Amino acid sequence: IGNMLKCYQSLMLIIPFEMADIFYFCRRGVESIVDDEVTKRFSAQELETWNLLTRSHYNFRHISLRLTVLWGLGVLIRYGILLPLRVTLAATGISLILVLTTLVGFLPSRELRFFLTEKVHVMCYRICVRSLTAMITYHNRENKPKNGGICVANHTTPIDVIILANDGCYSLIGQAHRGLLGMVQRAMVKSSPHIWFDRSEVKDRHLVAKRLSDHVADKTKQPILIFPEGTCINNTSVMMFKKGSFEIGCTVYPVAIKYDPLFGDAFWNSSKFGMVNYLLRMMSSWAIVCSVWYLPPMNREEGEDAVQFANRVKAAIAAQGGLVDLIWDGGLKRAKVKDAFKEEQQKLYSKVLVGEQEQGDNKSSEENPEEDKSYHGSANGQ
Amino acid sequence: MGSRASTLLREEEIEEIKKETGFSHSQITRLYSRFTSLDKGENGTLSREDFQRIPELAINPLGDRIINAFFPEGEDQVNFRGFMRTLAHFRPIEDNEKNKNAAASEPLNSRTNKLLFAFRLYDLDRDDKISRDELLQVLRMMVGVNISDEQLGSIADRTIQEADTNGDNSISFNEFIKVLEKVDVEQKMSIRFLH
Repeated sequence: IGNMLKCYQSLMLIIPFEMADIFYFCRRGVESIVDDEVTKRFSAQELETWNLLTRSHYNFRHISLRLTVLWGLGVLIRYGILLPLRVTLAATGISLILVLTTLVGFLPSRELRFFLTEKVHVMCYRICVRSLTAMITYHNRENKPKNGGICVANHTTPIDVIILANDGCYSLIGQAHRGLLGMVQRAMVKSSPHIWFDRSEVKDRHLVAKRLSDHVADKTKQPILIFPEGTCINNTSVMMFKKGSFEIGCTVYPVAIKYDPLFGDAFWNSSKFGMVNYLLRMMSSWAIVCSVWYLPPMNREEGEDAVQFANRVKAAIAAQGGLVDLIWDGGLKRAKVKDAFKEEQQKLYSKVLVGEQEQGDNKSSEENPEEDKSYHGSANGQ
Repeated sequence: MGSRASTLLREEEIEEIKKETGFSHSQITRLYSRFTSLDKGENGTLSREDFQRIPELAINPLGDRIINAFFPEGEDQVNFRGFMRTLAHFRPIEDNEKNKNAAASEPLNSRTNKLLFAFRLYDLDRDDKISRDELLQVLRMMVGVNISDEQLGSIADRTIQEADTNGDNSISFNEFIKVLEKVDVEQKMSIRFLH
């Protein structure tokens, strides 16, 4: 009994559990229920003042008749004048891209093809930008992405592509779609090297990496435009960058895009609106106002792995755009968080309870050999 | 576009919640917009899945127990009143409330009610006693696979031994209060609600 008491005492020294320990988890849990960093990134951000659009009408209540009249006027202007004009422009832009890229694709001479492709693309993107009434301010254009590199940017909406392509030629990479978008994709490929993947190929990371490296190895090809977050975020933060594009080993040109939501929120909430619905909403807002910053090119440094490189680029983009830098995965929009993270938390708490491995094992070894072995086992499993 | 307008909070409801929980008007409207943003089904109630969609809560080892605390016995949905009632436990105790006499019914965020909330996290079968088995299960949730059954058992035994005064080998609510009498419960179980 004396030995058992000694054993008990030694356990008390190294295992300081208290019933109050639960308070920490409890409070953290309720704090995250009241406000958390992740879920609010997947819906449009709230505005400080109302911009006369019902869609931004979250908590604002009816204030005065005059405001309602103003709103009514706004509706007339937006839906009666702006929307039809913009739709016409957009239709023109898209048909032009289809027709002209196909025509250019027929030309025999490669140099002529490249030359004309650039002109055609820039013209069509300019039309599309006007159709959305996007007021874009480009900063630091001396850092514009060059051939043989990858351009990475934070992702808020598919319109990001139009905004960037307005100022330069990029090769796009993405999933091959069906329907109108698929037609546009196939037309674009005829005159310049874009990379479209089938659904099945997307899963094959080696295939993706190979096609990417082949493209950047060819210095005559335009820089590839990649959105490493993998999904649209609401432009208040930058979420985890997938490391695939950072493993290739070429120069990365980071670009930060920040939208001003006051004239129209550009975020595409894909679970709420389909593409056509979204475009109509864009075209019936006041305008899309955004700033684009071209950041100095970055290369992977010695001793840095792809994940660290990706985080470094992400931090630079977040700092420039005034966005919150998060480590959470944008995929949490649709998927559940991995159990591994919960196991991390449990491991941390266990460390608090049992302290370092060296302190605990020699005292109780005579009395409880099985216990000691299983403790070693769980510690070695780390 | 119009669904939000139909679920706006009425003034009378805000007043009732204010009286019951002690939150201010702006805190209630702010928490209401949080409630609606979590309510993906837009039916005015939250289910367990709605809570589990919060990543920071999903990785909390006691996440499921905390979520459970919002749902009354046997129910799967919680409405805004229930949501606020549970959150009210975490409202900080203001100075002017400390001296109030317990003439009216005890406020939801009193020290006793905060302790009751924590007690219920341990008490899995809601029988007002924390048995050794329940304590073990909660401990297992907190440490995962990193500590052996035997060690966990000794922790549980020692904890019950220290707390149990009437010898029934389980911890009642009064024994729980006694064990934690030196702990600053008011501070540990309060969170800041923005105004």
